[in-house]
Amino acid sequence: MFELIQANRRRSWWLMGGMLVVLLAVGFICGFSLFPATDSFVAGGYRFFIPLGGLIGMGIAFSIWGFQALLAWTAGDRLLMAAAGAKEIRKEMHPQLFNIVEEMTLAARLPAMPKVYIIEDMSLNAFAAGKDPENAAVAVTAGLLSTLNRDQLQGVIAHEIAHIANRDVQFMTFAGIMLGSIILITEVFHRAIWYSTRAQGSMRRYSSRGSKKSDGTAIILLVLLVISFLLAIIAPLLAQLLYFACSRRREYLADAGGAVYTRYPEGLASALEVISRNPGDKAKTSRAMAPMYIINPLQAKRAFNSLMSTHPPVEERIKILRKMGGGTGYQDYARAWGGVSGTSAVEMPASAFQASAPPPHTPAAVTPPPLPGQAAALTPQEARAESQQRHRDTGDMLRHMHHYRFLNCDCGVKAKIPPNYPHSQVKCPRCGKIHKLS
Amino acid sequence: MSMIVLPIIAGLVLLAFVAWVIGIFNGLVRLRNAVKNAWAQIDVQLKRRHDLIPNLVETAKGYMEHERETLESVVKARNQAAEGSKQSADASTQSTLESGLSGALRNFMVVVERYPDLKADTLFANLQEELSSTENRIGFARQAYNDAVMMMNNKVEMFPGNIVAGMFNFNKESFFEIEVEAEREVPKVSFS
Repeated sequence: MFELIQANRRRSWWLMGGMLVVLLAVGFICGFSLFPATDSFVAGGYRFFIPLGGLIGMGIAFSIWGFQALLAWTAGDRLLMAAAGAKEIRKEMHPQLFNIVEEMTLAARLPAMPKVYIIEDMSLNAFAAGKDPENAAVAVTAGLLSTLNRDQLQGVIAHEIAHIANRDVQFMTFAGIMLGSIILITEVFHRAIWYSTRAQGSMRRYSSRGSKKSDGTAIILLVLLVISFLLAIIAPLLAQLLYFACSRRREYLADAGGAVYTRYPEGLASALEVISRNPGDKAKTSRAMAPMYIINPLQAKRAFNSLMSTHPPVEERIKILRKMGGGTGYQDYARAWGGVSGTSAVEMPASAFQASAPPPHTPAAVTPPPLPGQAAALTPQEARAESQQRHRDTGDMLRHMHHYRFLNCDCGVKAKIPPNYPHSQVKCPRCGKIHKLS
Repeated sequence: MSMIVLPIIAGLVLLAFVAWVIGIFNGLVRLRNAVKNAWAQIDVQLKRRHDLIPNLVETAKGYMEHERETLESVVKARNQAAEGSKQSADASTQSTLESGLSGALRNFMVVVERYPDLKADTLFANLQEELSSTENRIGFARQAYNDAVMMMNNKVEMFPGNIVAGMFNFNKESFFEIEVEAEREVPKVSFS
């Protein structure tokens, strides 16, 4: 797995480099087009031209990215969590979720347990954030907690933990900011061209200067300008394609990780099936956050793998996980992937295969111990009671977050008292016993 | 001219070679430490299980008057395992003790199914979640240990790691495997 991360990291640096080149090129083009001033000096019998405007544009582009990246580095996860409306919870509020996160931390051998956040929303989704595996966080919606059973939840958390272990979070944040910067700069550039007279002014300045020299240079410069306009249109698209391609690959990898950590692909597969029914309100999801969720709420209905998708189609992800059969290694995932997508070209790095001969199974991996709510065959009644209990637990957790008080009556009723309850006594609704509130 | 250039090139090649060996060596050390750490994690989780059981038994006692034997066997297995780890018994003995405890706990959990009142007790439900999570953790910690061992062994056995491993005496680590036959068996289910 470590080798997989390394291969991932290497490829990420290439992609990051590619996007940085695009960013700097965009900066250069914009600067050069708006201020086509040049300086020149003579060295060794040659005349060197320095495109001052272009260099300044490059500098500005880089600092726009650098500033945002720095902000994301220092306060990234807190900003993200605030944007998603997530609140950190303590273990008492939902012990099971905490236990699952801790189990997956062990399975993935992360250096520290990620913080756990809850999004107060009844849609079904989850995401991970953080600048490195030591300071990471996972967030799940309250709806997810009340809908999924323990196995499914474990699959989802394993997927998110795999994102953290692969350092996807960190990388996608930086790449996302770079993409944002490129789009921002070109947008500003386009506006500057179309709406301001400055562009015309610079054109005039251009031709007048060109006429003083030879007409040849003027034509060359004009051609350069046209090319730069075209590039400024293409660059954001290019950067977007790079970003999306990388995002899809990382989703596959995280799915594989989820299967490898839990040694139970069906958990994640059935969880994806459930989540795809209600991944969130399109109107409420921010476009910047959407790619980070386990299923992109804005693209949930897409059944095909388009160039602009951040995630592979859900059906395909489920099919791959189910095709893994009894195997639970990266190799099994890659084979299933090949079978589903109909290609032999496998997206997993070659080095991953060396490390993927399935290691001996441990008892817990072969026969998971009986968990509450994981009995071999649940009767419909039991299943209903279980889902009722989950709803109850989730409700209690949310009330905890809003500082409700809980009172256990001897008759078995659990009274939930809102923080602004005005009286000093509570009467039990079932047995009528009067409880004093301290 | 070549009098100077040749030694310089030779020196650079040697330097690159040394740097390469150092890189592999450090990689091996990192992997070995990962294996050690993963092993320590298993012990942490086993300890956690030892600490949890007294509370669990204490809570269950009130409801399970007629299951004294089951409870006693759990407590006994727990105490033996805890004693073993305190006196740092050798790995195979400890492993036997721990699987004895696992068996006793499994038996206990089956018996619990017969006591709906006990299952409905919030405190007990919480403890049960903790216990099953601990069982999971032990499993995942062993799984992670085996993953770490596999990576170490791949590196030690495969070229070029095997050369460096041979030079500095890095050995293959052994996987965690269940030694007790009873625990390997698939539990029997009867619908009588």
